[in-house]
Amino acid sequence: MNKIEKISELRQILSNLFAGQKLAVLSSFGNEQPYASLVAFAFTEDLEHLLFATTRSTRKFANLSSESKVALLIDNRSNTDKDFSYAVAATALGRAEEVSGTERASYVHIYLTKHPHLREFLSSPSCALMKINVQKYYVVNRFQNVEELHIQ
Amino acid sequence: MNFTIPLIQIGEGEKQLVGGKAYALAVLTKKEMNVPAAIAVTTDAYDAYVAQTGLRTKIMMELNRKTYDDIRWEELWDTSLRIRNMFLNTPLPKELKDTIEESVEAYFTGKSVVVRSSAPGEDTSETSFAGLHASYVNVSGTDSILQHMKLVWASLWSDASLLYRTELGLDESRSSMAVVVQEIISGDVSGIGFGQNPNDPAQCVIEAVYGLNQGLVDGTLEPDRWILDRAKGDIISHTPAVRSHRLEISEAGTLLASLPLQLQSRPPLTQERIQNVYGLVMKAEDIFGLPQDVEWTMKDGIIHVLQSRPITTLAGEKKDDKRGWYLSLKRSFENLKTMRQRIEDELIPALKKETEGLSKTDLSLLSDKEIEDEVARRREIFEKWKKIYWDYFIPFAHGMRLFGTVYNDTVHPEDPYEFLSLLSTGDMVSLQRNDILQAMASHVRGNDSLMHDLKEGNFSNPSFRSMLEQFISSHGDLLCRSRHCAEETPSIVHMVLEMASMSVKAISRKEELHEREEIFLAQFQGQKKEDAKAMLDIGRASYSMRDNDNIYMGRLKARVLEAEEEVSRRSGTAERGPASARRFDSLSIGADRSQSPALSDDADPGFGLQARQITGQPAGPGIATGTARVIRAAADLMHFRKGEVLVCDSIDPNMTFVVPLASAVVERRGGMLIHGAIIAREYGLPCVTGISGAAEVIHTGDRVTVDGYLGIVIIENVTNAIREC
Repeated sequence: MNKIEKISELRQILSNLFAGQKLAVLSSFGNEQPYASLVAFAFTEDLEHLLFATTRSTRKFANLSSESKVALLIDNRSNTDKDFSYAVAATALGRAEEVSGTERASYVHIYLTKHPHLREFLSSPSCALMKINVQKYYVVNRFQNVEELHIQ
Repeated sequence: MNFTIPLIQIGEGEKQLVGGKAYALAVLTKKEMNVPAAIAVTTDAYDAYVAQTGLRTKIMMELNRKTYDDIRWEELWDTSLRIRNMFLNTPLPKELKDTIEESVEAYFTGKSVVVRSSAPGEDTSETSFAGLHASYVNVSGTDSILQHMKLVWASLWSDASLLYRTELGLDESRSSMAVVVQEIISGDVSGIGFGQNPNDPAQCVIEAVYGLNQGLVDGTLEPDRWILDRAKGDIISHTPAVRSHRLEISEAGTLLASLPLQLQSRPPLTQERIQNVYGLVMKAEDIFGLPQDVEWTMKDGIIHVLQSRPITTLAGEKKDDKRGWYLSLKRSFENLKTMRQRIEDELIPALKKETEGLSKTDLSLLSDKEIEDEVARRREIFEKWKKIYWDYFIPFAHGMRLFGTVYNDTVHPEDPYEFLSLLSTGDMVSLQRNDILQAMASHVRGNDSLMHDLKEGNFSNPSFRSMLEQFISSHGDLLCRSRHCAEETPSIVHMVLEMASMSVKAISRKEELHEREEIFLAQFQGQKKEDAKAMLDIGRASYSMRDNDNIYMGRLKARVLEAEEEVSRRSGTAERGPASARRFDSLSIGADRSQSPALSDDADPGFGLQARQITGQPAGPGIATGTARVIRAAADLMHFRKGEVLVCDSIDPNMTFVVPLASAVVERRGGMLIHGAIIAREYGLPCVTGISGAAEVIHTGDRVTVDGYLGIVIIENVTNAIREC
């Protein structure tokens, strides 16, 4: 397998993983303290952006306003013993920003295609659609195998 | 939960619960055939054990360390050994233990038994695989029976089972194993009856040996063989065996005893008894509706059925299927003893003599035609020894595996490879070679002017010169292996200088060795102790030979190259140093040249890829972080610096002189008993093997951590951050 095939395989693994999951764990940082929260996420086909929505009054939004560096964990664990062998987890590292302007419509479409029941939530003026510009993914499978996919 | 069922109570509804073997014996019992009294320990018992103790998850994790296609046979053996050790060291939960104990004591108090596997689906006509799972003969005492039952359970994950896992439909989340505990019949004559000859459907085959059947089943004894007309039972032919031994029940389990002279000339079955066996085999076929492979034993003229299953051959054996060959490398203790004698007394002396003989020829005196003939002759000699290497030296390596199994069964160590520490007696030629290099390093250390001279390429210091010459005369040059190019190759001096610049770690093998030996031998009494000593002795010989044979073959190889270089010299295309080393690489004795596919540099323009943490096999305990030095060819060894992590595809003992300089060893080839792992253990270095594409995904200069406890390599800082693609 050459590197193109290997990368293509890893991208496919990520696409399948993301397509199969609705929720992810977001790590933000504020007040000198990491903070983890569960978010409903979506992704762009090229894997370069991850999307989630949050109300502006939340701690995570406050954190992101002061520190845009985030990590997002997406995994397919089933909470059984098989997870130790078969679960895949991807940690995305990047910077989060609120989606606005002309690009908003296309990201809203992507987000609501995955989470149609969140239409009302997303259309609320108090809700922000956030976009993570992914710099790299760490992909873990078979319990301890780790590969890094770097977005140039 | 039904943990045990007596044979007589097994009905069709329990077939899955008791496995194919127990079910077939139950059917035969009901048809009033002579079947030894037995109970089946059901798959429920196995399932309860692995669920309650968490073993099922551990097995799953162990088997999924890597993708199956990436696992070599040696790694499967290691995996299987680790799983076996988990079973040995995991006690039975109380309720399960009490229930099984009660049944065993009700049926077998004061009796010896055979503990056999009975996997569900194992003995159907589609998936009958002989010899994949374990059987233990002459086991007595409840504790011992239960312990052997666990070993039979563990054999569900034997290396042989894992090799055929696809055909067996082995699934770590569901597969289970039942066990037959059967009263032993100490037969006078035993054998196998095949209801249909696989080579001729109109015939059947009967094989028989004196004594217990196990000697025939495990290949220790050659049987007498009769071919019969299947329809009438008439004897078509008889192939007598050389009858010298029989397997008997002994204090230590079983014993291969000399056959009394009067029996040696007499076939184990008379015409009448052959007809009895024929009748038995045909009756079994009538009962099951398919030709059967029946194991039987005869005592005082009465024939007993030990097991019966449909005849099949190993499925999935294609032309390039090497699995059968891998399994043939497993040799019995008796076979290893004979092999050792031949290797030590005959083959190695002959190999050394032939190599020495070649080195006496002064190649420069030969005519051009003669030197060409000499090259052809040396190549032919090399090919002859290569065949012997594969036929004898490679299978002899099973000696250490066999000892490892015995050690783990008796000592129950936490580390399943602890047995290796008993095998290392310092008899390896590669260690002796490295000790001389260390001695030269000690001579140089602290002598600044000598060190300076050597760095400048001045090797004229008389005492150093003498040591160097002595080294070359006994071990040759490190890289090009030819004596005549040694003077031009600074490889030895480079090594010595590197060694001189580091502190020496004294390795004290003797005391620890003695202590462990005492602990091991204290587990045995009487005859068993003698057997254990003999087993240890074979293990040690096998351990040293594993390395030494390659060194001796390396020396022979040097003689071939020497002649080839003489031809090149005369034609003006002579090669020196690294080029010569490359030629050394090209003349291989190994079959395992299948390197992991390299990741080519072509890549997706938007993405970069880097392995961060790779799982392989733990092959040497310890943890170390250092700069990687990737060895792709012998010439790369020249650049090795102290404290670097040796990363290679595969290394042979001719190349392991750099290991004392390394902080850790990483190898693509997987296994605990490969050369890289053995030498790393000798020097107490962390070692991880079975890292797919090790020499491709790790680059010289990368900062890596080698976790030899868990079998993981972590690539921390890559040379160019992320490699741009």
